[in-house]
This record gives sequence, structure tokens and C-alpha cells, in this order.
Amino acid sequence: MALTENRTENSTERPRGRTVRRLTRPDPAARSRGGQRFLLVGLALASAYSLFPVYWLIIAATKDRVGLYQSNGLWFSDMHLWENLRQVFTYDDGIFLRWTANSFLYAGVGSLGGTLIALATGYGLARFDFPGRGAVFACVVGSFLIPIALLTLPLYLLFSEIGMVDTPWAMLIPCLINPFSVYLAKVYTEATIPFELLEAARIDGAGELRIFFSIVLRMMTTGGATVFLLAFVNTWNAFFLPLTVLRGEENWTLNLGLYNWSGKRQESGVDLTSLVLTGALLSIVPMAIMMIAMRRYWRSGVTMGALK
Amino acid sequence: MIRSQRWKGAAFTVPFQLGFVFLYLLPIGYAIHQSLYLEKQSGLGLGGSTTEFVGLENYQQGLTDSAFMTSILRVVLFACVQIPFMLFVSLMLALCLDAVTSRVAGRFRILLLVPYMIPGVVAAIVWINLYSPAVGPLTPLGELFGFDWNFFAPSMVWPAIGNLLTWHGIGYNMVIIYSALQGVPRELFEAARLDGASELRIARSIKIPFVRGALVLTALLSIIQMLQIFNEPALFRNVTPQTISDSFAPIMIIYNQAFNAGNYNYAAALSVLLALFLGVASFLFYRLTSREAD
Repeated sequence: MALTENRTENSTERPRGRTVRRLTRPDPAARSRGGQRFLLVGLALASAYSLFPVYWLIIAATKDRVGLYQSNGLWFSDMHLWENLRQVFTYDDGIFLRWTANSFLYAGVGSLGGTLIALATGYGLARFDFPGRGAVFACVVGSFLIPIALLTLPLYLLFSEIGMVDTPWAMLIPCLINPFSVYLAKVYTEATIPFELLEAARIDGAGELRIFFSIVLRMMTTGGATVFLLAFVNTWNAFFLPLTVLRGEENWTLNLGLYNWSGKRQESGVDLTSLVLTGALLSIVPMAIMMIAMRRYWRSGVTMGALK
Repeated sequence: MIRSQRWKGAAFTVPFQLGFVFLYLLPIGYAIHQSLYLEKQSGLGLGGSTTEFVGLENYQQGLTDSAFMTSILRVVLFACVQIPFMLFVSLMLALCLDAVTSRVAGRFRILLLVPYMIPGVVAAIVWINLYSPAVGPLTPLGELFGFDWNFFAPSMVWPAIGNLLTWHGIGYNMVIIYSALQGVPRELFEAARLDGASELRIARSIKIPFVRGALVLTALLSIIQMLQIFNEPALFRNVTPQTISDSFAPIMIIYNQAFNAGNYNYAAALSVLLALFLGVASFLFYRLTSREAD
């Protein structure tokens, strides 16, 4: 608990958190030079391992088919990046753009709705004592153990009965309810919203809804951003749910589209390898930009969710 | 707290509760209901089919279905090898990060987290192409060093998927362990150093026991994920069907039963079985690790 609060402090007031951490570090000069060098070599090797596939992907995306199959895989040959990009964006009437837009729609709208619901629920669970509160929280935690197949297959059947299969709703609606987001929102509320503040607002005559929308939500910007980011990443990365509920390719996500393209080279002699690789590189870009821009949020979310 | 206030507080959780009922409880109930029925062809198959209540027959079939039970055993064995290995590497990296200056640690941490930023499906696509004898650089690289490996051979599926999962997971797990390490009171190290403990000794006797909780948690999360593994084998099968069977992982079998064989009832029973199994495995793991702590 103490640890978690510590992390929240770090994430909201990063500069201060950082200097504190730096000051409390043991003096590195106290340790042997050789030991340090050994650690650095280890870290460098691990980083090389982590980066190698991305490096190769970037190189592969610049090659045409001949270069891909015949040139040295670890270095550039002729530059064909623009051709590959044009090919990705124009293949099949620009279906790749459609998939990108779908991925943004499902992840963006679904996570936004899901985050609002989660913040309200987390706030209700953390700051009110009502009958059944324990049961709701038990549902939240218990659902972490439910395998996706157990939920997705019956959802597919239920959705097909009401005619929602193969529509954007089949992806959006399940995103609205995310127990992990609720769990995070509860933890953040406990760390950032003091009871005294709520009492003071009530004494001043503010209604509960007004307190939530104009005080709680505003104070929960950091927590809310973290919940949103993690939900977004989660939906963007989803595979089993879209594979099950989306049939026609005009509703697919990027993941589904790339899956389909990478399987196609088996059939009918079409070789889509350079298309798949360039598309894969493109699909990483939004995620990487978002994660790097919001890294202080998700780092605190990842560790908070885990340590609590 | 005033009574009306409590109910207003409860109202904040109503949207979630409603959603939970419709998106969690109802589907689970529906799956359990379906798992008790079976679609049977009537007569010579000409008169269409009827759905009959069969009790626990589907479950009985599932428990004696050798393909399903083998797939569970397969992922459990795989989990026993891959997860300890991945967590060991993550722990070592976290200890390394903890022992260098925080500026250096910050740089390496972002590099080591690059794989986590890549969606699982894309990660699998990239590695499958790296493994590919036709386009991947690993085959010529192996030849250079005298290895004649073929990652698309069925016997190499394990190392190939294990490497992919490890690559994808070490950064994330390292961050969790690392932030647990940050919580160790630094005075402990000073005291240990004054007593003449070496850095290795401090890592072994103070740091590692201190991050035990984080290790248990990352292991539990990895186990839950591993039993539900689907993306990686599905992508492998998509690209090289000869490498990997369609009954490789439990969820692949469930998916095939539902969408290729059209046997929803049996698929529902299998998914309930998988859920029960997951619950039991998590519980056992938790009990085992928390008893050791006493």
C-alpha cells in the first residue's frame, strides 16, 4: 500500500519523485568498476535482443520482393519503402486505411466510454459504503480469472441473436465493461480523493453528481488517463474477440487484417510478405507514439495494478 | 454515512453492474446452459436436427477427449519451462537496472520496454518472418555459425513460441519487479554493506526476498495468460500449417469446435472446463507460494 502511494506521487509529480529517487540511490562509485561494466554489458545485450526484431522489420519494410528474399536480411539493399507504403495503402481499394480507422474507432470510443464507467464505479466502490459493495468488488476481481473463450463464444451467440454480429457494436459494447479498469480506478480514487474533501463539498450543498463531475473527475485526470491508455492498448491489441465477432473485412481491425494477409501467402500464389511487413511496421507506429507520449501514465498503471 | 447518500454512491456503480450482468454473467450462464445440451441429427439426418438435454455428457466427453486434455497438459508443461525462464531473465534485468545509476537505468528501461509496445499479433508476425527459412535472417545467420536449424520444423515450435513469448514479456515483467525493488528501504543496503556483505549477497539475501510478492504476481498473470494462449499458435498455423496442429492449445480446440465443427454445445462445455481448470491452477499456485512464505 505504502508502495503504491509512493508510485502515485511519482506519477503526478514526476520531477520531485525523480530527485528523491536519485538521492536515495547508493553511491555507484562505491562499487567496483568491473561490476558496473558487467551489468552494462548485460543490459546492452538484453536491449539488443529487444530491439533486433524491430530493426529487422524496419529494414524489411524498405525492400521489394526480390530484396526481401535475396539480399542480406540484416542490412538495407535498394530503397523501396515508398513503393511498399503506396502498395499497403492502395491494396484492395485502400482496405488498410479502413482497418486503421476501425482500430482507432473501437479502441478510442470503446475505451473512452469504458473509462468513464470505470471511474464512476471505482469512485462508488472506494468512497461509499453500500450494501452489496463487497459483492461488486468480488465480481471485479473474480472476472480476472475468466478465460476469454468462456465469454466470447456465448457473446457471439447472443450478439448473433440480436443481429449485432459483424457490426462495430459487437466490438464497442464489450469494451465498455472492463473490470481491470474498475479495479485501477478504485485504487486511484483511494489514493487521490480524500473523504474530508467530499464532506466539505457536501456541507457546501453540492449534489453527489456535481461532486463527481466537477471535483472527482478533475482530480482523477492522471488516474483517468492511465485507465484510458491501458484500455486503449488492450483493445488495440485484441485478437480473439474481433476474430470471433467480426466477419466482413470492412469491419476488421488492423490485427485481423494483418492476420489475414499473412495467411494469404499460402493460397493462390499471392505473395503478400512485403505488404504484411510494411503493414506491421505501420501498425506499431500509433501505439509507439501513444505509449512514449504517455509513458508516465502507463508505467504507473502497470506497476500499480500489479503491486496492489 | 447518511442512508440516502449510500444509495447515491451505489448508483455510481449501476452502469457497471448492468454491463457486468449482460456481458459477463449472462454469457457465462448461457454457456453453462448450452453445455448441458447437444444438437442431434434426427433419423437419417434428413429431418434436420433437434437439441436435446444431455446433462453432463459433454463434460464427460471433454474430460476423456484426449486432444483436449493433451492440449492442456501441453500448455501446462510449456508454462513450467517458459515462465520460470522468462521471470528469471526479468528478475536479473531488474537487479541490473537497480544496481546502475538511475540515468543509465532510465535509458535501458525504455529500450527494454520496446517489445511491450508491440501488439501481440504483430510481434508474432515479425518473429514468424524472422524464423522463416525464406525471408528470415536467422536461417543464414545460423548457417554462418554452423547451426542447421529450421524454425518451421514441428520439433522447433516450442523453442520458437517460447522465445517469442519471452521476448514479448521480459520488459513488462521487469518493470513490475523493478518498481518493487525501488520500494526496498535503502538503509538496509547500507547496513548490510557495513556488515561486509557483497553486492551479490545483498541481491540474494535482501533484494530477491523483498520482491517475492511481485514475482508471485507476475507468475500468476503469466500462468493465466499461458493457459489461454491463442494468438501465437494461431498465427503460426496461419503461415505454416504443417508446423503446428489445429489442436495445439485448448482455446484453438474450443474455437474449432465452435466455428469449424459447428458444435457450440461441446465448445461451451470445454470452455467451462478450461475456466474451472484455470481457477484451480491459480488457486493451487497461490496456496503453494503463500504457504512457503510462512
